[in-house]
Amino acid sequence: MDSSRRFFLKIAGLSVIGVGAKPITDVLAQGTKPKTEPDPKALAGRRWAMVIDHKKCLNAKEGCKDCVNVCHQVHNVPNFGNTKDEIKWIWQTSFEHAFPGNENPYINEYMKEGLKNLPIMVLCNHCDNPPCVRVCPVKATFKRADGVVMMDYHRCIGCRFCMAACPYGARNLNWKDPRPYIKTELNLEYPTRTRGVVEKCNFCEERLAKGLRPACVEACKEKALIFGDLGDPKSEIREVLRRNMTVQRKSHIGTRPQVYYIL
Amino acid sequence: MLEKALRGNRGYFIWIAFLLILVGIGFQFYLRQLAYGLGITGMSRDVSWGIYIGQFTFLVGVAASAVMLVLPYYLHNFKVFGKITILGEFLAVASVTMCLTFIIVDLGQPSRAFNVLLHPTPNSVLFWDMIVLNGYLFLNIIIGWTVLGAEAKGAPPPKWVKPLIYISIPWAISIHTVTAFLYAGLPGRGFWLTAIMAPRFLGSAFASGPSLLILICLFLRKYTRFDAGWEAVQTLAKIVTYAMIISVFFVLCELFTVYYSQIPEHEYHFTYLFVGLHGHSGLVPWMWTCVVLAFIAIALLINPKTRNNEAILPIACAAVFVSLWIEKGITLVMTGYIPSPLETITEYHPTIPEMGITLGVWALGFLILSILYKVAVTVKQELAA
Repeated sequence: MDSSRRFFLKIAGLSVIGVGAKPITDVLAQGTKPKTEPDPKALAGRRWAMVIDHKKCLNAKEGCKDCVNVCHQVHNVPNFGNTKDEIKWIWQTSFEHAFPGNENPYINEYMKEGLKNLPIMVLCNHCDNPPCVRVCPVKATFKRADGVVMMDYHRCIGCRFCMAACPYGARNLNWKDPRPYIKTELNLEYPTRTRGVVEKCNFCEERLAKGLRPACVEACKEKALIFGDLGDPKSEIREVLRRNMTVQRKSHIGTRPQVYYIL
Repeated sequence: MLEKALRGNRGYFIWIAFLLILVGIGFQFYLRQLAYGLGITGMSRDVSWGIYIGQFTFLVGVAASAVMLVLPYYLHNFKVFGKITILGEFLAVASVTMCLTFIIVDLGQPSRAFNVLLHPTPNSVLFWDMIVLNGYLFLNIIIGWTVLGAEAKGAPPPKWVKPLIYISIPWAISIHTVTAFLYAGLPGRGFWLTAIMAPRFLGSAFASGPSLLILICLFLRKYTRFDAGWEAVQTLAKIVTYAMIISVFFVLCELFTVYYSQIPEHEYHFTYLFVGLHGHSGLVPWMWTCVVLAFIAIALLINPKTRNNEAILPIACAAVFVSLWIEKGITLVMTGYIPSPLETITEYHPTIPEMGITLGVWALGFLILSILYKVAVTVKQELAA
C-alpha cells in the first residue's frame, strides 16, 4: 500500500514538473526564424516618420478631408455620430488644440488669413519614446524596430492606461461594438475590432508590409503629407526636414514625436 | 471560525440581506455592461477613467491605513490597539477586494484580465499595482485569520506569522505609493504630474481609513458588547487629526506651486476644479464640499474638547471620510482629464448603470467586512465571557 502510494506520488510529481517545464522548454526551443516570410515588395525602413506640410494643405479646397476619409475607410473605423464614443485615427483640429501653449492673440488672425481657417491635421505621433508603450501592462501596444507604435487588438485588456498616458489624445477605446457603425464599405484586408479594446493610427503598417505608402499620404492631392524613412539620408523626408523649419507637438515633454509640421 | 458569521440577531441578517440585494442589483447592471461594453458608463474618449478608478484609488488608501494599527501594536508594543488591530487588517481585506473588483469592472475586456500574468510587463506601473494589491490582500487575510484563530484557541500566534506582519508594514506603504505612481508618471497630464502625489495619497489614506475605523468602533461599542476602549479610539482620533492636517497641507503645497509658477497646463486643471473653466464647472460644488468638510473636520478634531466628545467625534470622522472620498474618489481622477491634452473640455457624468455597479462593489466590500467583523467580534466576545 505504502509503496504504491509512494510510486503514485512520484509519478504525479514528475508529471507536474513535466507540465510546468513545457512552457520553459518551448521558450528555449524557439528559434530566431520568423514563422512567415515577409512580402518581397514590403517597404523596409529604419525609422518611419511623417511630415505634414500645412502650406501645401492650404492649397486644398476648403473642407478637404481626403486623408481622414480614406484612413477611416481602409481601417474600418466606425462612425458613432457622437463625441462620447468617437473613434478617430487622424483628424482636424485648430492650432490652439494641436499646439496648446503656443497660441497667441494674433495667431488666429494669421490662421484665418494665411491658412484660410484650415485646421491642423493630428494623428498618433509614433513617438520614439512613447508613454503609452511604457504604461501598457500587457505589451498590447509596442514599438517596432522601425518606429511604428503598434496595437495588438487581441491582447489589449481595455484598461485605458495608454489613453491616460498619451499626451496627444491619439488613442480611442471601442466603448461599444464598433461593427454595426462601420458606415464605409468594409475593407476585408483589415480586421474590424471588438468592443473594449483600444485602437489608433498604425502608420498603415499593413500597407507598408505590401509595399504601399500610408493611405492618407497617397490620398492627399496636394502632397502635403510626406512619409519616409529617417534612417535613409537620401530619402525625400530627410530632404524636406533639411530644407524646412519644422515643429513637433509637445516636443518639450521628451516623447520625441515623429510627426513633423511645416506651418 | 467562519461558522460564527452564521449566527446573529435579526439586525445582522437584515443588514446582510440588504447588502446582498445591493450586490445583486450591481451584478445585474454589470451583466448589462458586459453585454453592451463600457459605453454604458459616462466615460468618453476624453474622460476615459471615471468613478470606478476613482473608488479604486480612494479604497487603496483605506486599505493601506491598517498599518496605522499594525505598526504601533507590533513594532512599539502599543497594547491599547491589541483589540482592534484585527479590525484594521480585516478592513484592509475588504478594501483591497473592492479595489480589485473595481479594476475588473473597469476593464474593457475583463475575460483577458489574466493577460497581466501571461505577459508580465515590469515597465508598467499597473503590473506592479497588481502585484502589491494581491500581495497585500493575502498578507492581511493570512495574518488576520491566523492571529484571530490562535486567539480563539487561547494559544499564542504561530511564529511564522511574525515575519509576515513585519513585511505587511512597508507593503501597506507600497500599495498607495504604487497607486500614486499610476498617475504621477504621465508626461501629458499636468494635474497628476507632481512628485507629491504619493505622499499626498498616504496622508489622506491615514486619515480616511482610521476615521472609518473610529466610526466602526463607536458603532460596535453601541450595538454589541465589543468595546475597543476609549483610549484606542482617542489615539486613532489623534492619528486622523495629524493625517488630515498633513493631507490638507499637501494640497495647499500643490496649489502654491501651480498658482505661483502659473504654468497653464498645470493651472487649468485646478482652475476647472475650484472655480470652473470656460463655463464648465461640474466639479466645483464637489470640490468646495470637500474643502468645507475638511476644515470643519480639522476644527472639530484639533480641539481636545470636541475630539473627546463621543457625540461630536463621529461627526468629525464622517466629515473626514466624505471629504477624502470626494477628493480621491471623484475629483482626483476626473480633473486629470479636464481639460484634455488638446485643451478641450469634455465633462463627465456617471450613468445609472455605472452608479449601480459602483454601489454593488461597495456593498460587496461591506458584505465581506461585515462577515469578517462578525467573526472577529464573536471570537473576542467569547474570550471576554
